[in-house]
This record gives sequence, C-alpha cells and structure tokens, in this order.
Amino acid sequence: MFALDDTDRRLLRQLQAEGDAGLADLAARCGVTVATASRRLARLESAGVIEGYEAVIDWRALGFAVEVSLRVNLDKTQPRAFDDFITAARDIPEVMDIQTFLGRVDVRLTVLARDMRHYQEIYRDRILGLPHINDIEALVLVSDVKNSESLPL
Amino acid sequence: MIALDDIDRRILRALMRDARRSAGALGRDLGLSQPAVWRRIRRLQDAGVLKGRRVRLNLDALGFGVTVFLGVKLALKGRVGLGDFERAASAIPEVQLVQHVLGRYDYRLRVVARDLPDFERVLRRRIMTLPGVGDVEANVLLSNERRPGPLRGPLGG
Repeated sequence: MFALDDTDRRLLRQLQAEGDAGLADLAARCGVTVATASRRLARLESAGVIEGYEAVIDWRALGFAVEVSLRVNLDKTQPRAFDDFITAARDIPEVMDIQTFLGRVDVRLTVLARDMRHYQEIYRDRILGLPHINDIEALVLVSDVKNSESLPL
Repeated sequence: MIALDDIDRRILRALMRDARRSAGALGRDLGLSQPAVWRRIRRLQDAGVLKGRRVRLNLDALGFGVTVFLGVKLALKGRVGLGDFERAASAIPEVQLVQHVLGRYDYRLRVVARDLPDFERVLRRRIMTLPGVGDVEANVLLSNERRPGPLRGPLGG
C-alpha cells in the first residue's frame, strides 16, 4: 500500500473533485507550487496510484436514455458457467459493465438502450441467449442521485 | 441528437481509455490533421457527449480492498420522504454511488471500505441507520470489467 502524505491527499481529493483541472489550477487549490504538484503527480502515477484519466461520456446525449442493471444468477453445476457467460456477454455491444460478485448475485451487467423497445430487443434476442443463466433480475435506473467515484481519502 | 461517424466513435473510444491523448496524437492514429481532430472533439463537447475527464485511481494501492454493492429497499415509503434517504446516503463518504432504481430494490449503492470489518462498521453505523431503510442486500465485488459500450457498431438509426 502506498503511504500518502497530506500534500498527496490534497492533490488526489482535488483531482477527484475536478478531473479537468489544469496543473496550475490544481497546484493553487492545494497551496503548493506547480513544480511540487507536477513532481507529486508523476510520483503517484509511477507508483500506480493514479492509473490514468478517462473521458466521461454522457450516453443520454448519444440517445441512450435507458440504463438497466441486470443481476444474474448462474447455474454453478456447470464448471465453465462464469467463463462461458462472460465471454458471450462481451459480444453484446450494449453491455457496458461486466462485474462478478460474492453473494446472491453472480454477475451483473449494465445494459444501455435507446428506449424500452430497444431494451426489450436486446433482452430477448441477446441477453436471454447467454449461456448458463439460472435466474435474472432487472433494476431499471430512474436517476443517479450521487455518482462521484470518489474515494474517502 | 448528435450523429456520429466511425471516426467520432474511434475518438471517443480512445479518450475513454486515455483522456489525455492530444489531438495531434489522435490525428496520427486516425490519419487526420490535428485541427480536424480538435474540431471533432469540440463538436462532441458542445453536444454534451464529452463531459470532461475523471481520474482513475487504484483502489488496492490506496488501501481500499473491498467494494460492495448494496440493494436497499425502503421500509416506510410515504412516511419518510425519498429526499431524506437520498441526502443522508449521499453524505456518507464511503458511498460512491446512489442510484434510484425500479425493481426488487428502491436504491443501488456502491460502498468502498478498507476491508470486511471496515465495511461492517459502515454498514452498521451508517447504512442501517439511514432514514426509512428496510431490506438490504450486499454483494461483494470480485471483478469489474468496463466495456467500450455501444461505440463499436453504428449508433442511432
């Protein structure tokens, strides 16, 4: 585990709050010089604490208004249940996340669709054809109340 | 709604992997000039498709060994406003995600913790004491794969 000091922590908090901030802006908000901020960030990157930066995409602006969380329970009598299911799920373009769990849910898929009719098509034609499904349950997203991906540092 | 062509999709895919790729570097990969890439990025920003960038931190390196997804059912609907639950849940630092959903549960929450005892502390002291909270189901995240999503094939239509 990487040991953070106060300066690292301040930098990471500000970065999490605003990933777009430029170096000068970031340094000013953390009360350090640009050189210090730059050196610290380079160190956090080489230590693997900062893995990278990703663009945030608004799928609604691209016409994907429906997001459904599909909670799948697999037939574990099949030794290859997880591998087969996940490999097949990767072929569905509308699948955004593939997560595995310890608990009542084995695998969770985030599915994006343009509208409920499109979702119905994906569900019937693609999802229900995935191998080794025991049970499947849908949670339809109404709204994101909080979506920060921030860590309590 | 904005229409994308194949080059737009490739730009979005590349920026999802690395938001710091410069227009020049993207242009070299795509066989376009830097101003041409820049114009496309500006258009995607103006249409609200590109909403900025987010730092990706390594949870293990920072000592967050456990991520748990919770399904929460409210017990006293009507008596406790949804707003009370949402405000209180959003205020918990360990709660990264609060989604209002339709289905077996009313809310989905993502919780990060140092380890399982730390998660238990958050669950008992913070989650179980939320206003109106009823049935709670916990699933511990084992693996997480982010896919490029519907940017592979043709969009819209």
